[in-house]
Amino acid sequence: MDKMTAVNVKVNGYDKILPQGVTLEALLELLGIKTQGIAVELNHKVVPKSAFPATIMRDKDAVEIIRMTGGG
Amino acid sequence: MTDLLRIGTRQFKSRLMVGTGKYPSDEVMIKALEASGAEVVTVAIRRVNLDKTGESLLNCIDINKYTLLPNTAGCYTADDAIRTARLGREALETNLVKLEVIGDEKTLFPDNEALLQAAKVLVKEGFQVMPYTGDDPIMARKLEDAGCVAVMPLAAPIGSGLGIRNPHNLMIILETIKVPVIVDAGVGTASDAAVAMELGCDGILMNTGIAGAKDPVKMALAMKLAVESGRLARFAGRIPKKLYANASSPITGLID
Repeated sequence: MDKMTAVNVKVNGYDKILPQGVTLEALLELLGIKTQGIAVELNHKVVPKSAFPATIMRDKDAVEIIRMTGGG
Repeated sequence: MTDLLRIGTRQFKSRLMVGTGKYPSDEVMIKALEASGAEVVTVAIRRVNLDKTGESLLNCIDINKYTLLPNTAGCYTADDAIRTARLGREALETNLVKLEVIGDEKTLFPDNEALLQAAKVLVKEGFQVMPYTGDDPIMARKLEDAGCVAVMPLAAPIGSGLGIRNPHNLMIILETIKVPVIVDAGVGTASDAAVAMELGCDGILMNTGIAGAKDPVKMALAMKLAVESGRLARFAGRIPKKLYANASSPITGLID
């Protein structure tokens, strides 16, 4: 991918190179993650699901995608 | 009259809340939850595994049947606990949170100072906060004053199964706190649960005591019955303890 048209983001601690202009919604689709039961934090701020389509990934963004798991 | 447990804006018939961690299989967990009669189940909030994005507890827990209580387990600072609580609210569409701020890896005792700090922030944000705390009556009062909808003192360290280590502190907490007091952590077997309820606790939250038993489904039922028995005994009014015997059969009319 052309460096000029790519952005480097961290997703759950892993480096990902994405095309410029990719939205959060597209990123989740790319990763095969359905939005039901998940939450996303972008640079330490929770992004409401309604804002996924309009949220464009920027260089050096840190994304955390979480869901529930077994616990006490 | 139905004996309901009222927590914040919610009410429950069951006084046993159950965790969803450490079961031998999802199938056993589902059966154990069913046997426990619990209406509230706790869950942890963790990163989605990017290699197995299809995995989800949502696939096996009926979210229409249970009230999910996301926890902040594994958080060692107020900030991390607050972040996790916010993510839990967004993911599970609930304002309930079991707030944990752990202070030490070996004991998993809470960092009560950070806990109170996080509780204040989350209450302001509209969360109904159920804090896992020590058995310190002063801290319990501070958490109630901060607006928590329950206080959840440990009976013994998480996963230890040591039972009710300090019944006297629990009694003092129960005397001073108006919101429900839920014993969280340390219950190892049915008699521990009964003791907590006989003391007057409003409910019990447990995970390892059930999930770690040889037969989790059987233990879940045992815990359900113990919680109910303890609650009944509490209100039935036990006899005073005496040092010497007091015959149950008449002492008159004996044969010569």
